[in-house]
Amino acid sequence: MSIKGINLQDYQIKKWDYTWHPIEKGYNNRTLYINVGSKEVKEKPVSQQMKEKFIGGKGFGLRLLWDATKPTTKWNDPENEIIISPGPIGGITQYSGAGKSLVVSLSPQTDSVMDSNVGGFFGPFMKFAGFDALEIQGKAEKDIIIYIDGTNHTVELYEDPGFSKDSHLMGEELTEYFAEDEKDAKNIGIVSSGAAAEHSLIGMLNFTFWDNKRKMIRLKQAGRGGIGTVFRNKNIKAIVAKISGVQGNLNNVADMKKITEPGREYAGEMRDLDDKQNQMKKKGTANIVNVMNDYDLLPTHNFKYGSHKDATKIHSDFLRDKWFTLGINDGCWIGCAMQCAKGVDGFELRTGPYKGTKVIVDGPEYETAAGLGSNMGIFDYRDIIEANFYCDTYGICTITWGTIMAFIMECYENEIINKEITGGLELNFGNADAAFEVMHQCARGEGFGKIAGLGVRKMKELFAEKGWGDPKFLQDIGMENKGLEYSQYVSKESLAQQGGYAMTNKGPQHDEAWLIFMDMVNNQIPTFENKAEALHWFPMFRTWFGLQGLCKIVWNDVTPSDNKLEDEPHKIPKHVRNYLSVYEGVTGTPLTEEGLIRQSERVYNFQRIFNIRRGFGLRKHDAQPYRAAGPVTVEEYESRAERYDEQLKELFGIDPNTKSVEEKMAMLREYREAQYERLLDAVYERRGWNKNGVPTIEHLKEIEMDLPELIEIITPLQ
Amino acid sequence: MKIILNNRTEVFDKNNMSISEIMEIKNFSYQKIIVKLNNIIIEKEDFKNTIVKEGDNLVILHLLAGG
Repeated sequence: MSIKGINLQDYQIKKWDYTWHPIEKGYNNRTLYINVGSKEVKEKPVSQQMKEKFIGGKGFGLRLLWDATKPTTKWNDPENEIIISPGPIGGITQYSGAGKSLVVSLSPQTDSVMDSNVGGFFGPFMKFAGFDALEIQGKAEKDIIIYIDGTNHTVELYEDPGFSKDSHLMGEELTEYFAEDEKDAKNIGIVSSGAAAEHSLIGMLNFTFWDNKRKMIRLKQAGRGGIGTVFRNKNIKAIVAKISGVQGNLNNVADMKKITEPGREYAGEMRDLDDKQNQMKKKGTANIVNVMNDYDLLPTHNFKYGSHKDATKIHSDFLRDKWFTLGINDGCWIGCAMQCAKGVDGFELRTGPYKGTKVIVDGPEYETAAGLGSNMGIFDYRDIIEANFYCDTYGICTITWGTIMAFIMECYENEIINKEITGGLELNFGNADAAFEVMHQCARGEGFGKIAGLGVRKMKELFAEKGWGDPKFLQDIGMENKGLEYSQYVSKESLAQQGGYAMTNKGPQHDEAWLIFMDMVNNQIPTFENKAEALHWFPMFRTWFGLQGLCKIVWNDVTPSDNKLEDEPHKIPKHVRNYLSVYEGVTGTPLTEEGLIRQSERVYNFQRIFNIRRGFGLRKHDAQPYRAAGPVTVEEYESRAERYDEQLKELFGIDPNTKSVEEKMAMLREYREAQYERLLDAVYERRGWNKNGVPTIEHLKEIEMDLPELIEIITPLQ
Repeated sequence: MKIILNNRTEVFDKNNMSISEIMEIKNFSYQKIIVKLNNIIIEKEDFKNTIVKEGDNLVILHLLAGG
């Protein structure tokens, strides 16, 4: 739409003034509460206990959500909240990757607690405007826009005068409206979703960042778990934060030197080593597409296989050499040396409502390339980039969509669903045009696209209810756990990664633990005790990023040249030490590695008990679909027969030639399922949980998290 | 030859292979690795001319990737 002539003051439904105070050592010591239904706006103090036990980011989100909801609250009840919080380190510009926010809500997909991390400007700008978290509750009657004005220190709500729904347009329109001139555009951060979030359960949130070179907005995504659906269900069209500018020390840190010194060293590593290592500046996270294919880890055809002969067509070199614009500032937050937010410029769309338009596409990242590409049997970056654009602007998660479509395609090829059900679409693996049509239908709220937008778990239930396919087979191939779709790695040959996925608090996302190389390739963690230790340390360490406002990619996607001399090189200890220094530099409080893990343990256990409070979070909820652990079909077994036969020989001393494929599959399955149960036992013990996956009272006392409301939940389950 | 590679016994058709050859056979294409032969760190530029022999202990440690 044209914004000419629009004056949002004509649409104002609420204005709330506040007094701004400088941030003190990373904290504003207050949060912002907005009820979009009652139009109540207020600030809430942050207690010392909240800072000590919950730190910030995801911790703040979980605490606020717990207090705001009942165990029976549903995702679409007005009392459900969306909380956005960056954390104490969030917003610094002297160490890379410090612009992340964590978004927390009750998920329409899992019916439990969801957290999703995202870059972009909104989180830091909201913090600089005066608040450690934004807590949104209620449901507006009509579409609204929320404006946090950090320049005049007001919060305003407007009825939407008709801004575009889809994020690539709305972001431009709102930036143009709120920026006084082009120079001022860098001071605007926007949260929005898109048309598909209105008609699906898998809606995503886009967070903008201003690209000063291209003079346009870019998008980063809080993708997982359907928080965009909650956003649109609350009739929120967009949230805007504006500040008067980013200066060197808006966090008023305790000791800047403790931040700048490691920050400079890190930037030097990126300058000197990135080109020889992952080439994050040239390929972004997609650098591993071909690596995953080489190690049989790239999901193809709904996670059946880990490699494909056509995967050479989506080698990451093509992104670097043909698609991505290089030599341009691609950081999603200021001061980040990693520069991995790659973009495709001038991409002409060939389908959908924007057909013929030339756009910038943010990505594809690895997960997007694998999800919208190989997992759907599509090996053409043109199609992957197009799908990437539409997922973003429509407001749906690329990881989720990829796993959904892969499941649908396998169902179609197994005649579980047919053209009659899909409305004539031939949804075979590799049919990009049909897949695009499903996505456009989802955005329009029509046809089979609406069914796809339910997600894998609800589709499995629907198909079983309709008598389409064998429910057991659907369970085996439907790649979800806790209601969330798997992200894009094949975990069959890594028991630790199976736990890294299915033992997560929110569902199978790789942000808790990525252990495939350590386990499968390096054979570093051969015993259950080793695996349990890894499934304690890594999820706790990685949880910490989400408490602080930090990006975990910065930790591990470039490695110092002397890392090989470290005792535990896989932890990249120098970068761990950097984080301890940065934390102390911001907050003034010294932190040890043990203290860091302890901070995470408290929040991690709180989230586990939050799940229990809602009727989840037990051992049975950590079960995985068998496709994550082994071959479900004969063709899968036969495709890796040499590997599986060898394992059977080693494990059972049998001659594989004397058994049918079905017999061998059954033996392998029984073994692998038993191994996973043993892994659960070992990890629960290491985490201080009982056999049912419930944190013990003793453990909560040990980590000083024995809050009365938690003890009350777990006491009957001890 | 039979060697220990990443704590597992591995048998190769040839004797006296370079680290580069072994990596090619194993399809180890990832760049962020640490290589130790009999507990001695081998630099990347020496992969081609460092020979692995029967009974050697070779570690090719892949550092984290992914998300």
